[in-house]
Amino acid sequence: MRWFWIDRFTELVSGKSAVAVKNVSLSEEVVDDYAPGRTFFPSSLIVEGLAQTGGLLVGQMSDFNDRVVLAKISKCKFHREAYPGDTLTYRVKIDNQEGIGAMVQGTSHIGDELQCEIELMFASLDDERFENVELFEPAQFCRMIRTLRLFEVGVDTDGNPVKVPAHMVAAEKALLKLG
Amino acid sequence: MPVNEEVFGKVKEALIDALGVEDDEVTDEATMVGDLGAESIDFLDIVFKLEKAFDISIPRDELFPDDILTNAEYISDGKVTPEGLEKLKERMPFADFTKFETNPLIQDFGNLLTVKDLCKYVELKIS
Repeated sequence: MRWFWIDRFTELVSGKSAVAVKNVSLSEEVVDDYAPGRTFFPSSLIVEGLAQTGGLLVGQMSDFNDRVVLAKISKCKFHREAYPGDTLTYRVKIDNQEGIGAMVQGTSHIGDELQCEIELMFASLDDERFENVELFEPAQFCRMIRTLRLFEVGVDTDGNPVKVPAHMVAAEKALLKLG
Repeated sequence: MPVNEEVFGKVKEALIDALGVEDDEVTDEATMVGDLGAESIDFLDIVFKLEKAFDISIPRDELFPDDILTNAEYISDGKVTPEGLEKLKERMPFADFTKFETNPLIQDFGNLLTVKDLCKYVELKIS
């Protein structure tokens, strides 16, 4: 099942912040199927898009080795709806983090207008209770992150490009039966 | 020892924010799990909020000593052993163990911590 609720990353500073965009289009079934007769982009999918932006920002800190899941929506406030033709700009920043979790503040804007404010909490699944639980197959996960162009824009705090983690490159090669 | 009003106010704000409880539910004696409905993930949220509100750093095992409660050395028949209790008291001087130690079932540990304990912990950290 396709579950991309952002179109691409436009910025990412490792361990700090990220920006992603989501274009709302009438070609998406959810826009007119969710509430027949009215066309708007469901708020729950804006939360999902912000969570994908924030979750990948948090996951990148461990080179995507930690199994990061959305644990809690601590706060969420919508200021307006999003309609076909709108471009949503999602901005997230890590507010606080430690080994087992991270708090992320996020906003969604349409142009200069604040559309949504959110506070999300992410947790990393621990090995003790979640042994052998794999959220994504590594090569597929890597392809997903490449599709979102995270590696094209991601930098560390010194401005050096974020690299595709070696374990993911190895998984891709194994999948493609290279080398 | 009476709770510092300023500390109580900020702790209360953090709990209302993290747990979505009403203002009047957050009393001194309210227990975090039983009365306020805190779940495990909420404790991390509370820790983050307290760190921000008081500009302090809260090590993971200090407020919620999972390492003691999962250590076979300190557990017997689902209860915390006398040695385990000593360790817990040492680690959590801010908590009141009077009721818990009469029948120290691990399953009841989550219900030990009260709002007052949390305030006392913060007071210790900022003093």
